[in-house]
Amino acid sequence: MEITQDLVRYLEALGRIELSPEEEVKTQKDLADILGYIDKLGELDTAGVEPLSHAAGRTNITREDVVINGDMQEQVLSNAPETKDGTILVPRTFD
Amino acid sequence: MKDYEMVIGLEVHCELQTATKIFCGCSTKFGGAPNTHVCEVCSGMPGTLPTLNKKVVEFAVKAGLALNCDITRKNKFDRKNYFYPDLPKAYQISQLYFPICRNGHVDVKTSEGMKSIGIHEIHMEEDAGKLVHDPVTGMTMVDFNRCGVPLLEIVSEPDFRSAEEVIAYLTKLRDTMQYLGVSDCKMQEGSMRADVNLSVRPVGQKEFGTRTEMKNIASFKAIERAIEYERDRQIDLIEEGGTVVQETRRWDDEKEYTYAMRSKENAQDYKYFPDPDLMPLEISEEYIENIRANLPEFADAKRERYVSQFGLPEYDAEIITGATTLVDVFETATEMTDQPKDVSNWIMTDLLKLCKDNHVAAEDMEFDGKKLGAIINLVNEGKVNRKTGRQVLEKCFTEDIDPAEYIEKNGLAQVSDTSAIEPVIKQVLDENPKPVSEFLAGSEKNFQFLVGQSMRALRGKADPQAVRTVLTKLLDEMR
Repeated sequence: MEITQDLVRYLEALGRIELSPEEEVKTQKDLADILGYIDKLGELDTAGVEPLSHAAGRTNITREDVVINGDMQEQVLSNAPETKDGTILVPRTFD
Repeated sequence: MKDYEMVIGLEVHCELQTATKIFCGCSTKFGGAPNTHVCEVCSGMPGTLPTLNKKVVEFAVKAGLALNCDITRKNKFDRKNYFYPDLPKAYQISQLYFPICRNGHVDVKTSEGMKSIGIHEIHMEEDAGKLVHDPVTGMTMVDFNRCGVPLLEIVSEPDFRSAEEVIAYLTKLRDTMQYLGVSDCKMQEGSMRADVNLSVRPVGQKEFGTRTEMKNIASFKAIERAIEYERDRQIDLIEEGGTVVQETRRWDDEKEYTYAMRSKENAQDYKYFPDPDLMPLEISEEYIENIRANLPEFADAKRERYVSQFGLPEYDAEIITGATTLVDVFETATEMTDQPKDVSNWIMTDLLKLCKDNHVAAEDMEFDGKKLGAIINLVNEGKVNRKTGRQVLEKCFTEDIDPAEYIEKNGLAQVSDTSAIEPVIKQVLDENPKPVSEFLAGSEKNFQFLVGQSMRALRGKADPQAVRTVLTKLLDEMR
């Protein structure tokens, strides 16, 4: 897959971020390098190798359905740039 | 104009009735103060790790088996990436590649007979937070209490051809979830939400038309209206030579029309990939069979049994099995009284009227069937008459009282001891010489009048049968 400038801009739009022209160039190169590395791995002959679902090799890590957390509103809101009546204020999202 | 048919598929989200969220130990309780059921995991703090709630898996398998699905033995979770303030991690943990349930079906009753609706898949995922527009600041207020509440998304095949089939299916889904105790499926509270994918095509055409999606419609009635509106809109568009655009539309229930929400140009591209934070989930055959063996009796089977075993009228059985609250009351009271028909009559005439008078939907009713059982026993034992029983039920419906105690305390027990009522009746006869002499002269209808007068003198507390016996005895003595 070729990383074009258009693709970088499309990813910016999906991620709701804005890159400067210099960052766009750098990102385009980084992404191309990453995919190039993956393409290299793709050259390996993996016929007959069962796909791995997770590198950790563990399964069924679950917990009981018991409430263990209390009210942490203060801590949660302490990370927010702006708050109101217990909610986090963000730029308007409705059409 | 050509004849058109609709093709509809549904995506239904049900919030699960677990105590905690899907990946952390925060409460799922509805309606708390904003951001008070939130921790570092469900608010998406960097470096935190999700841990799967066991109960969610159990509920998903239950639902899948009830809807005749195959259960996926090797499960994984995937990230659905999108950037919106209701989702603090900027991705929703869901299941794209290996959903927990697949290839199911449900049979629904329509006016044209039974119809089988295919279930494409059911997957587990987390709900998003709630956004409220703040007119004062012009900004959006974010509450993460709902963020991470477990959901099942039930995706049907495009098997519906009418609004009636859609409603029948949704009703069946809701009943099934409620009978399983998996979700309360209250549309008005958002614990059941339906997205409707709809297209039209000329009858006989094989290919599907272009579909639109209507999201989060809030009631069965609104769904019905939205479907009919959207069908007409698409047909008109095609008839006028236009084409349907694939888009998400929102239904305005007040103005009764749909309008475009997001157009295809900025269609979402979620860039799904397996979530490395969660280990694969393997479900054993034994686990599945254990759940299968313990599935409850569902509405259809119950309805048939109520008719065949208890002799209830079809209609009564249908109404009672339509709400798990009524089923609980019916089964508890029947267990206590061994009088299923009596219990059904009390539910159909008295309990449902009380629901209506108190503006409570039967499915939201909080009423202990033991109280109805106790009242029916008291009436059948002759302790109180039916009229008093009804008054006691009315009291029990809104207040937490014990029927027997209440009757005792308020002196409502009827008098069936003949020695206690005899003096009162004697006095009634003394005060009504004319009716008595007319009765003795052969006017039978005066007997009923004397019964009425006696009941009144006893202020309605006497057992009518005892009153008749005493009256007959006293009148015979006067002949």
